[in-house]
Amino acid sequence: MDIILNIVSWAFIIGGGIFCLIGGLGLVRLPDMFARMHGASLIDTMGIGLILIGLMFQAGLTLITGKLLLILVFVFFTSPTSTYALARAAINGGLVAEVEDDDGSSKQEAGPSKT
Amino acid sequence: MLHAISLAVILSGIWWVLSGLTLVLILGLGAGSILFIIWICHRMDAIDHETHPIHLAIGSLTYFPWLAWEIVLANMDVAIAILKNGSSVRPRLMHIKASQVSEVGLVTYANSITLTPGTVTLDVEGQDFLIHSLTEGSYDGLLTGEMDQKVTALELDKGYPMITQQPVMKDSSEDAPPKPERET
Amino acid sequence: MMFIAGATAVLVTMAMALFRSLKGPSVYDRILAINSFGTLTVVLISIHGFMTGRPEFLDLALVYALINFIGTIAVTKFVTYDHMGHPTYDNDPGDI
Repeated sequence: MDIILNIVSWAFIIGGGIFCLIGGLGLVRLPDMFARMHGASLIDTMGIGLILIGLMFQAGLTLITGKLLLILVFVFFTSPTSTYALARAAINGGLVAEVEDDDGSSKQEAGPSKT
Repeated sequence: MLHAISLAVILSGIWWVLSGLTLVLILGLGAGSILFIIWICHRMDAIDHETHPIHLAIGSLTYFPWLAWEIVLANMDVAIAILKNGSSVRPRLMHIKASQVSEVGLVTYANSITLTPGTVTLDVEGQDFLIHSLTEGSYDGLLTGEMDQKVTALELDKGYPMITQQPVMKDSSEDAPPKPERET
Repeated sequence: MMFIAGATAVLVTMAMALFRSLKGPSVYDRILAINSFGTLTVVLISIHGFMTGRPEFLDLALVYALINFIGTIAVTKFVTYDHMGHPTYDNDPGDI
């Protein structure tokens, strides 16, 4: 039983670590700020989620699991809020998003329509 | 009243998780602080259907697991797009129309979109969302409108204040581009 | 052992976020990177608590998550408006 729990825990923590790394790679590699937000959101959802779930398997059914769950729920509720605030600030600050046309090839700079 | 009870239950849960002691003194202090906080919230008029959307409680039981699965799928999509060194990264901006009527529903929908990697809500004007999407998959996934329907089904209770013209007005005045210094 | 593996992955990701926050062309890139950095710190504190067998560290992680959120909002607001709020008077609710 212990071995099974350990294996599951290993799988979750390694998976979360891999998603963290991919998210960090996205943070470094993606072309512009609005695209990098998706990389950060990768870390905020799968990365932290899988690692904390893996830790929950280590903790078993104790109050520690409750605390981990509290952290997880809190991060899941606040990360979209801060992302939205940041996006609003970036738009108001005059940052333009780099988008692709419908035909696919031509890249153009298009500011989100200001209202 | 139901909202106050829900607040009390949540606060007791947090107190129990953070302390975990069963001493009479500690539990008494906990009960005291919970009552005090409920009194303060009542005084601030902060206990209502917006801070405690308990009318969404039953619907969330099916919605949040579905959202979690959707997040996992979107994560795979975005992770592959990042690993492919940008060949499948195709950023797009689009406007979509939300079909929710209450503010809680709109917030739930906008936050669900942001929480799903690959799509970020940049702007909310009433029921009109401006979305930035990263890949073809996330773009198509949002256009099917499945999430929209689920959130609309979630806010079944129509007895609460509908969205009217007013929030749009409030929105544009509140979120106007950098305000000039106000004279004091 | 598994904690060390997880902590290594998190640390490498933190280095990437730090790189972006140093290089980022706009200030919003830096805020985004630091927000991710804070989220990763929460995970790192949790893992460290398990690694040393002291789950009390989870309380610190929780508090760090709170401060991270408030800090991001505050910095974003400061960058946008150049101040943190006006003094209020009479019936003016101030800006939020």
